[in-house]
Amino acid sequence: MTVPVLGRGGFGDFVARARTAGELVVQPRMGFSDPVDMRAGLQAVKAAGATTVGTLTLDSYTRVGDLRNAEKALSDGVRLNGYPIVNYDEATTRAVLAGVRGTDFPVQVRHGSAVPLDIFAALMRAGIDATEGGPVSYCLPYGRTPLDESVRNWTRCCELFVWLREFGMEPHLETFGGCMMGQLCPPSQLVAISALEALFFYRFGIRSISASYAQQTNMEQDREAVAALRRLCAELLPAAQWHVVIYGYMGVYPASDEGAYALLGRSAELAVASGSERLIVKTVAEARRIPTIEENVSALEFAAGVAHDTDPADYPAVDQDSQVYAEARALVDAVLDLDDDLGRALLLAFKRGYLDIPYCLHPDNMGSARSYIDDDGRLRWAELGSLPLGSVVDKVSPRKVASADLLTALSYVRHTYDDAALEHAAARTISGTEHVLPRKQHERHGIARTRRGR
Amino acid sequence: MSTSSESWISTDNATDVIRRDVDSINETGGRGRTVVVTGLASDSHTWNLVYLQLLVEELGYDVVNLGPCVPDDLLVSECRDIQPALIVISSVNGHGFTDGMRVIDQLRAQEQLTATPVVIGGKLGVTGGESAQHIQDLVAAGYDAVFEDGADTTLSFSKFVKSMPQPADQKALS
Repeated sequence: MTVPVLGRGGFGDFVARARTAGELVVQPRMGFSDPVDMRAGLQAVKAAGATTVGTLTLDSYTRVGDLRNAEKALSDGVRLNGYPIVNYDEATTRAVLAGVRGTDFPVQVRHGSAVPLDIFAALMRAGIDATEGGPVSYCLPYGRTPLDESVRNWTRCCELFVWLREFGMEPHLETFGGCMMGQLCPPSQLVAISALEALFFYRFGIRSISASYAQQTNMEQDREAVAALRRLCAELLPAAQWHVVIYGYMGVYPASDEGAYALLGRSAELAVASGSERLIVKTVAEARRIPTIEENVSALEFAAGVAHDTDPADYPAVDQDSQVYAEARALVDAVLDLDDDLGRALLLAFKRGYLDIPYCLHPDNMGSARSYIDDDGRLRWAELGSLPLGSVVDKVSPRKVASADLLTALSYVRHTYDDAALEHAAARTISGTEHVLPRKQHERHGIARTRRGR
Repeated sequence: MSTSSESWISTDNATDVIRRDVDSINETGGRGRTVVVTGLASDSHTWNLVYLQLLVEELGYDVVNLGPCVPDDLLVSECRDIQPALIVISSVNGHGFTDGMRVIDQLRAQEQLTATPVVIGGKLGVTGGESAQHIQDLVAAGYDAVFEDGADTTLSFSKFVKSMPQPADQKALS
């Protein structure tokens, strides 16, 4: 068992118990600036017909450390896109959580900050034991904080976070490295960065860890990626309680409800087929705006229903030595060889282009590597730049990318799922059969589901 | 990570507002062949900026892409130094209206930028489909055009850029 129960009743233990019970844990991204709304959101997620954990997603002023503008929005009554945990006092956040959070419903803070010390302090004061991020994944794609500053900040936060053990809690950290720009990063590099960030946490004493992987463009390749991630985590985190969390597709989302549900369902299949323990869902509203509480609950119940109907035995075994693994292994080894100090090794890796995120605009990213989606929908390298993959990748496929090409690649998943939804609709019209929308399926699943593993 | 997804292409109806006509830009702004593309201080989204850079380059301009999460001070100082032909602000995290209102005052307060065309677009509020009032407020505050996310947003934006004095003409004049 990769996920032993540590007995402290925290986030990691909840996922471990759900795993033992055969249940996929599903989780939303959800944050509201009004504490009353935030509490209502958590209550609704807890009451959903699925095995759920709660989320406090922070607003983006807080993420960039702009507490002044967060305060101004609160005093002006302007709604923020998340919960400003640093601006609210401890009592407010504890009141939001009181009677909702517990060993049967852990709550995680999700933020996105490369300068997260205030956030860690605030969530620890409120008695929250779980959050996410990482020195690379919360820095490069999303801002201008220099990478070395982010590494220092995340080092301090890990050192702070382990103090929770003094209070009988087990701190849990999730890597965000499996996402990196959401789309068009070949899976091997997502796996490598997620594994390296997990190791970063581990080396600073965190012993309850989750490694993320975001659904990409091809199911087979995604399954290979998760298998590679599990293999690396088993090796790199020998004495930790760890699990894998899948993010439902983080790129340009289908515009049709049916397409959005189909894509969400596919992420739930990926989670189960790959033996992952937790899934963070997306909603039908993703293409348009920040989702409501109800839309989140629908997404959670739908995903849980699909997971329930998915049997891992129906999927062919994944090649443990897949191309994704070979590339991820080569990237991890090359980075670890640079320096015994992992923080310094990560800095050197980006400086030398051993890690290089396609299209990332951050000044510390070399920006020489490029990717493309092949005819089978697999994400591949168009240009390697200085990535140490010359002996692992057979051939690259350099190409000039115009704005229309980029849009096509970014919209590949949207179009695939929206087109399929249209074809289904057309087929139904022609054959005159009854509509069976994904929404109906989820309602069926939702009613049938009970909260197990509690 | 982000509360909203990386999704920034929508099929909702466009509600674009363009304040000034081409002639007034010809008279007052549109210097040089460099366009600044930028995100706002609290917005971490990048793909919109990568796409806009390629698009504006294809329309014949050089692009300085300031990237995501650009603090107000940096945005203002870069624009003051570059004196671009156009400033393109893209926001998709729902804070675009609030942050955009704050930034335009600071840009217009610079002597060198009083007449520079400045446009804003994306998903500008947290509810989806911003109110006409918000768009009017942005225009009244000093934006030359507002491109609220929609089916024709890219087309409207391209038309706007094409309607500006061409970089080649500028070169010939200078």
